[in-house]
Amino acid sequence: MRLIGRVVGKQPIGTAFVTPYVVFLAAVFAYPLGFAVYMSFHDYFFAAPGAIVDRPWVGFANYASVLSDPAVRRSFANVGIFLLINVPLTVVLSLLLAWSLNAAIRWRGFFRVSYYVPYVTASVAVVGVWLFLFNSGGLVNSVLGPLAPDPSWLVNSKLAMPTVAIYVTWKQLGFFILLYLAALQNVSKDLYEAASMDGAGKWKSFRNVTVPGVRPATTLVVLLATVTGANLFTEPYLLTGGGGPDGASASPVLIMYQRGIEQGNPDVGSAIGVLLVIGVLILALIQRRLLDRES
Amino acid sequence: MKRKVTSVLLALGLAGTAAACGGGGGGSSDAAAQAKGPVTVWYSNNAEEVAWAKQMVASWNSAHADQKVTGQEIPTGKSSEEVIGAAITAGNAPCLIFNTSPASVSQFQKQGGLVALDSFPDGKSYIEERSGKVASQYKSTDGKYYQLPWKANPVMIFYNKKAFAKAGIDTAKPPLATYDEFLATSRKVVAAGGAKFAIYPAPSNEFFQSWFDFYPLFAAETGGKQLVADGKSQFASEEGKKVAAFWRTLYSEKLASQEKYNGDSFVDGKAAMAIVGPWAVATYKGKVEWGAVPVPTSAGKSAAETYTFSDAKNVGMYSACKNRGTAWDVLKFATSKEQDGKFLQGTGQMPLRDGVSSAYPEYFAKNPDYKQFADQAARTVEVPNVPNSITIWQTFRDAWSKSVIFGQQDPGAALDGAVQKVDQLAGQS
Repeated sequence: MRLIGRVVGKQPIGTAFVTPYVVFLAAVFAYPLGFAVYMSFHDYFFAAPGAIVDRPWVGFANYASVLSDPAVRRSFANVGIFLLINVPLTVVLSLLLAWSLNAAIRWRGFFRVSYYVPYVTASVAVVGVWLFLFNSGGLVNSVLGPLAPDPSWLVNSKLAMPTVAIYVTWKQLGFFILLYLAALQNVSKDLYEAASMDGAGKWKSFRNVTVPGVRPATTLVVLLATVTGANLFTEPYLLTGGGGPDGASASPVLIMYQRGIEQGNPDVGSAIGVLLVIGVLILALIQRRLLDRES
Repeated sequence: MKRKVTSVLLALGLAGTAAACGGGGGGSSDAAAQAKGPVTVWYSNNAEEVAWAKQMVASWNSAHADQKVTGQEIPTGKSSEEVIGAAITAGNAPCLIFNTSPASVSQFQKQGGLVALDSFPDGKSYIEERSGKVASQYKSTDGKYYQLPWKANPVMIFYNKKAFAKAGIDTAKPPLATYDEFLATSRKVVAAGGAKFAIYPAPSNEFFQSWFDFYPLFAAETGGKQLVADGKSQFASEEGKKVAAFWRTLYSEKLASQEKYNGDSFVDGKAAMAIVGPWAVATYKGKVEWGAVPVPTSAGKSAAETYTFSDAKNVGMYSACKNRGTAWDVLKFATSKEQDGKFLQGTGQMPLRDGVSSAYPEYFAKNPDYKQFADQAARTVEVPNVPNSITIWQTFRDAWSKSVIFGQQDPGAALDGAVQKVDQLAGQS
């Protein structure tokens, strides 16, 4: 009886509710992450059950080969450029749009749905549309005429990654607008009234009431945008034909896929993955420090 | 409570990791090679091959009620190879897969996922008798066959007769045999507005894309050399550099596009030519009036002397198979003269069978368009069956992309630069 009590704790019902999620977390996150770390320190490759294979401990050899690989280093730099464009743009645009959509404007429901549609549409379909928009003979270049870049957006080594960053910002905007819309419900009307009594216009009350009022949501948006951005894969895979031109839009996850799955070196892929996890954790920590300090 | 949850998590994570560390033992056995009983096969998901496979399975089952074959299309994934790799690891691969890419064989073999077909008494002789000289390219580095050479799609140059006619180019015998002729024809067809681009191989960076720009021309220029021979790179030779310079000219003069095209550029009239095998003929029906010629060489060679890339898909027997005796019988049945004939009839792809054009005279009399592909099938070059095959192709593709497609480096220097890494990869076991 005491043993049972010790296992289930003082709150058996609470433990019962929590257990499924703990099991899910362990199976879907903790185990794969632990396994990835294990793989990255061995000469590991996937093998058939029953196959006799040698998977010796290799220490930091996989990390050394990954860090000395110019393609990997470049992919980390690429994703850095991506985050520098994507995260601030996501925060600014989604907050401004949420603020506008929160006001009593005509067609509000229509606009809210419109911004959300790209987020729930399959990437493959949306990528097709963007290819037609941004290729050299596409709509964007037709509008720009002589101002169109040469080489065109997706095959220009300087513009490919920014174009991907803008595409991802646009695609995910609906989700982040939704987060801010929820946060805006919690900003007290009294504060806006007080601000207008003090003679603040729309812009001033936005800066001094709305922005501080949704700060917790901003922390969440920054964190989520960073995490999803660091895991960028679909766009370089589909939009720029495997990280083109010449690796200018390759992301660490794309390189992980190439090395780990296509080329059968999951040990190398795991080493990239572990480095990416560490990098994202450091970034998230810095962001939290900065955002918490401001609040 | 919080601490307890954390410790449960940690314990589970570590237990899982420890469990994952355990390796397996065992291997193939002679008993399995004799075993008879039900087997499963996977096949490609294009309509023509599905139709062929279904009749093949039905035909087998009607005569072997006690050894039922269950067929299904390869489950979808980013690529067939990825799905097969996962199935090998999970231990639930089928007995036979009629869509095994030769480039992946060395990897599947390393994973312990394939059965050496030499383990059957008549394995080696059956493969070599059926495919003739071509068979030796499919041997692995240990001298054994882990794949049965099944069917090829010899890559040739297709041209759009209407686009050529618009530019005043002879549509019966267009000048496309030498690099100079090919470039002149390309310039002419683009200048006359026959199409925006002369030719449009995919300029994207996937490892296999070089099979449809560099490799067919390299095979032709060298008279049938592979990318790697005896563990040494061959692509940075004088011939390889000529091929690279030729493609570089096409890209720099915008006769080929650096941009990925979403669709079929040849069908859509964006490109006047395509570099592809006979599987595409069915997709051009009623859309493009086409002709086909062998790939060009620097000095021009006759069709009878021109080699090309095979674009073959083979059949592998996978080690998860219990009833290998039946699987081997099914494999022989599915690649018999009768079934190869049905496959040719249904798909227009060439069985990798010695003397395919003389084996099915009626078919080629009825479908003269396909005769040249059958002739070409006798002179095909396969991807080298070496360790790290896909990494080698990706290394090559990266160098090609940087230099030939995007002009960031001299093509010759880029090929030279890839040699050392490729040699090192090919030399690993």
